[in-house]
Amino acid sequence: MDPVPATGLLAVSWLLIALPLAGAAVLLLGGRRTDRWGHLLGIATVTASFVLAVLCTVELAGTSGRSVGVDLFTFISTGRLDVSAGLLVDPLSMTFALLITGVGALIHVYSVGYMAHDPARRRFFAYLNLFVAAMLLLVLGNSFVALYVGWEGVGLASYLLIAFWYTRPAAATAAKKAFIMNRVGDVGLALAIFLMFTQLGTTSYAGVLGSVGLLAGGTVTAIGLLLLLGACGKSGQFPLQAWLPDAMEGPTPVSALIHAATMVTAGVYLIARSAPIFDAAPVAQTVVVVIGAITIMIGAIAGCAYDDIKKVLAWSTVSQIGYMFLAVGLGPIGYAAGIAHLLTHGFFKAGLFLGAGSVMHGMGDQTDMRRFGGLATKMKTTFVTFGLGYLALIGFPFLSGYWTKDAIIEAAFDRGGVSGYLLGGVAVLGAGLTAFYMTRLMLLTFFGKPRWEDGVHPHESPAVMTLPMVVLAVGSVAAGFVLVQLAPLADWLAPVFGEPEEAAAPAIPPLVVSVLVTVVVALGALTAWVFVGRREVPTTAPARVSLPVRAARNALYADRVNEAVFMRPGMWLTRALLWVDDRGVDGVVNGIGTGLGGSSSRLGRAQTGFVRSYALGMLGGAVLVAGALLAVTAG
Amino acid sequence: MSDFPWLLAMIAVPAVGGAAVAALPRGRDAAAKQVALAVSGLVLLLAVLATVAFDTGGERFQLTTSVSWIPAFGVDFALGVDGIALVMLLLIGVLVPVVVIASWADTGPEGRSMKAYFAWLLVLEAMMVGVFAATDVFLFYVFFEAMLVPMYFIIGSFGGPRRQFAATKFFLYSLLGGLVMLASVIGLYVVSNTELGEGTFAFDALRQLDIDPGVQKLLFLGFFVAFAIKAPLVPFHTWLPDSGAQAPIGGGVLLVGVLDKVGTFGFIRYCLPLFPDASRTFAPWILGLAVAGIIYGAILAMGQTDLKRFVTYTSIAHFGFIALGIFAFTAEGGTGAVLYMVNHGISTGILFLAVGMLISRGGSARISDYGGVAKKAPVLAGVFLVAGLASLALPGTNSFVSEFLVLLGSFPTRPVFTVVATVGIVLAALYVLLVVQRTMHGPSRGVVVDKPFPDLRRRELAVVVPLIALIIGLGVYPQPLLALIDPAVAATMTDIGSDPAGTTPATAEQGAN
Amino acid sequence: MTLTNYLVLAAILFTIGAVGVLVRRNAIVVFMCIELMLNSVNLTLVTFARANGSVDGQVIAFFVMVVAAAEVVIGLAIIMSIYRTRRSASVDDANLLKY
Repeated sequence: MDPVPATGLLAVSWLLIALPLAGAAVLLLGGRRTDRWGHLLGIATVTASFVLAVLCTVELAGTSGRSVGVDLFTFISTGRLDVSAGLLVDPLSMTFALLITGVGALIHVYSVGYMAHDPARRRFFAYLNLFVAAMLLLVLGNSFVALYVGWEGVGLASYLLIAFWYTRPAAATAAKKAFIMNRVGDVGLALAIFLMFTQLGTTSYAGVLGSVGLLAGGTVTAIGLLLLLGACGKSGQFPLQAWLPDAMEGPTPVSALIHAATMVTAGVYLIARSAPIFDAAPVAQTVVVVIGAITIMIGAIAGCAYDDIKKVLAWSTVSQIGYMFLAVGLGPIGYAAGIAHLLTHGFFKAGLFLGAGSVMHGMGDQTDMRRFGGLATKMKTTFVTFGLGYLALIGFPFLSGYWTKDAIIEAAFDRGGVSGYLLGGVAVLGAGLTAFYMTRLMLLTFFGKPRWEDGVHPHESPAVMTLPMVVLAVGSVAAGFVLVQLAPLADWLAPVFGEPEEAAAPAIPPLVVSVLVTVVVALGALTAWVFVGRREVPTTAPARVSLPVRAARNALYADRVNEAVFMRPGMWLTRALLWVDDRGVDGVVNGIGTGLGGSSSRLGRAQTGFVRSYALGMLGGAVLVAGALLAVTAG
Repeated sequence: MSDFPWLLAMIAVPAVGGAAVAALPRGRDAAAKQVALAVSGLVLLLAVLATVAFDTGGERFQLTTSVSWIPAFGVDFALGVDGIALVMLLLIGVLVPVVVIASWADTGPEGRSMKAYFAWLLVLEAMMVGVFAATDVFLFYVFFEAMLVPMYFIIGSFGGPRRQFAATKFFLYSLLGGLVMLASVIGLYVVSNTELGEGTFAFDALRQLDIDPGVQKLLFLGFFVAFAIKAPLVPFHTWLPDSGAQAPIGGGVLLVGVLDKVGTFGFIRYCLPLFPDASRTFAPWILGLAVAGIIYGAILAMGQTDLKRFVTYTSIAHFGFIALGIFAFTAEGGTGAVLYMVNHGISTGILFLAVGMLISRGGSARISDYGGVAKKAPVLAGVFLVAGLASLALPGTNSFVSEFLVLLGSFPTRPVFTVVATVGIVLAALYVLLVVQRTMHGPSRGVVVDKPFPDLRRRELAVVVPLIALIIGLGVYPQPLLALIDPAVAATMTDIGSDPAGTTPATAEQGAN
Repeated sequence: MTLTNYLVLAAILFTIGAVGVLVRRNAIVVFMCIELMLNSVNLTLVTFARANGSVDGQVIAFFVMVVAAAEVVIGLAIIMSIYRTRRSASVDDANLLKY
């Protein structure tokens, strides 16, 4: 179904992107002149985008077909390729746009307080605005090329923001690592685009997704797997998950916005957007669910062992995105569930990160949970909002996570057969582990005895920071109910994914699944209380631990593997090639040069300067010539 | 207006300007700079006006001027441009004034007067315009070789400590390639003599020759070696790091930004149309070299300890991409490659200039001497980052469009080579960000602490701002350049017998909407 | 009386001259040896001219003499100036004309 041309307000939906982009440009080019009001401009542009997004969504809901195209200009047109810069406004893209601008605006507000004492606050807001613009381009673009532009644009913003405190070598390294691992995924995305162009001669969503049926099965599978590689890179999924926890070196609002709520969910968006491709490629779908399941476990296991509050949350994000991958890999029954979980996750995880930031703010930028404890009374607002986010995340009945995560687990069981039980089992187990590590985090941070370092005086953060946390907490509580029960997201997204099917006969009744999950979650939380809540917590992590704990602390050795397989051989190869280039290739070139020079100076030595040796040469030559002449005439 | 000899003027103005600068009395360096700036600005104006006079829908070669030069051998002083050459002229027009401004405060080694430097720059500009504008193969050869002379003096007289070595290596290596090409040029003449009855060097006449395959291969190789050295392709590349590292910054910008493009320009202008069969025969081998160069250049760039050598190795990787696009024989790949030639001139130009600004402050080209520049000179660090991002072809910068087109255009005909080449995308990110991290991030140290490290001055801003504007502008809206390039590449693809619209798969009719 | 005698004499003279140039060190003697070679050639020229009944050879012989005279003047001048600066007329001392 081709999108209809835009009219009315939707015709200017490009302003959604242009506003924050203009904000970023003004702040970056304006330099110090804009220091005083830079943060206000940053908030203003994103808020304006949010308002516009709301209005556009309302207008979109009123159109028939709910798929509107906005053509802007010809981006690249040569040979057979014709890429126009244009937007596709449909329920899926507007859902994301609302999430990005809404959560984005809240986090902008929060950052005013969080970065108040940073001399480079203006630059921070410039990068945040740049990120929002790129992310909006990613979701609103009408072709895979536009998506790719936004895709790498958010990668750049992520790089700039992780390296925001660039004087810290760890931050600079983490930023570089994030960008490189993302680029590995980007290669997959790029190759998928090349393959689409080769086979179909177009890269627009309408052209590609409408003609999937014309492609050979193997080609569709290849495109699906390549897209999946891109999605894995951006979303921190196995095997490209290692960069996301390191990305926590960036300021906490960045972790909340980019590395929890929005950018890392771009992979889910990509797979959901390419739904027709994956629907036609069962093999690729299976790989998606397998990767989702593996990542759920990796993230949950690693999350149990870390002591750094932000890293635990980061691993939690990895794990939760695993749920979303699992959902969208399940096909039509899972898309809406995955997107719904993405939205609720955007609320509660952003809220949790902001809460963590608030804690760090009060604790002098400490991130080690072993140095927290007993903060519940000192930081009441933070405690309450964080607690609500926590409950939503572990799937406490009737809060957001309960609705959306259960939907995914049900869908996994509904797949049927052994694989259905396997996936469902992994998802349930993951929920239990989530409850464990999040309860551990809560207990270590807000309960128990204070284990603060000397000279730390915890205090509640200013209202400019707590207000966004409150709003997000409300979202964490209510969003799930709204999106699943009140105004089902599946109906809203129907123009994109098709009408939600009525599940014929669920393998396991939903009620049973709900009870099972709730029991497992309760068990997980209880275990955490047994291990952490009842005991005295040492301020340094115990060194003598069992093998599984050690493996979990090392994030299952993903970094070691990367180091051993890529980094070390790479460095060795670099050194070897340097030698080859210098001694081998250039050696031959310079060798020819010096060889010629050397032989000429050796020949020159025959010139003795003695007249008689020249004379002898002349005589010899004359005799030779005469002899030759004689030989010729006589012979 | 279209009768005005634009191209002749673009050669004559800088040539005369160069002579005028050289004729200035000793010690008048300030006047030399002003004249050089005015002359190069005039050339830029001429290039823009020539572009306006150019009709994208018109004949293949336009703005032609032809005067009989050596009638005995059928040599004409024939000038003319197609879209490919025209965009290169625009690039020259932009880069030379930028280089003049960037070199404003340079001082020659051992107190040498900079007057000669600016004179040579202008002469170089004239030669470069000539080499792109020539439509007579012999004239092309003359400019091709003559171009070496000003660059030899720019490197050899105004370069770094090992400038003599570097200049000699540059000159001899290029000369070697040029002489091999001369043999092929003469060979072409002989072939034309037997086929047409009278010998000619005119490109358009030679293009229509039907050369015996065996002879074609030999002649092709002659041209190829010259261009492969010039471009340079691995393994003919080792002169470039030496020359680039020893050349003064301005000379380096023109060396890597424009001079080397003569090689890739030669591929697409001469190798493909003149020797279509031989091009097809050798294409897999050349693609192998191109892809090897992408990976090899990138890996070596990572291992460099010297900033200028680093830039030259990144260029070697980029030239691999250009060659890949050209020898994939698709319209998209070819257009991407030509656009890449322009974009690379801009993005590597600014990277080289940013490196020069670092070196002018720190007094060292060693990467390990720098650290934490971003703290002391944030604008400079920002410029360096933008240049680096353009080098790694981030979307939104000009290089993205060209790299994307090259890969996209090569994929349909050469999927294996293209897949290997995409690894270069990751490596590019790696080498750029490694250097950014080492020099810009972290705590300030090394020469950044030891020396006053001021941020960009007004003159330096004037150098980088236009280039950054071009990087972003062409990254967002490349269509004007593409419209110029597209017909010329399509004509070249027709010469080589490739469908101008690329290969058409079976599903495309139904698939394209 | 046949040609042979004259030619053998010329050959002997030429050989003496050539060997002298090669082995003697004194520049004056080398010079005289060169003269000897020139005159042997003159002898040959005149011999053949007479035998062939043409004057061409004799004319060339005159040319050779003129050239030889000019050469003597310049050569002696060079030897004199070398002798003045080096106090020696040995050709082995004047070996600066190398690489």
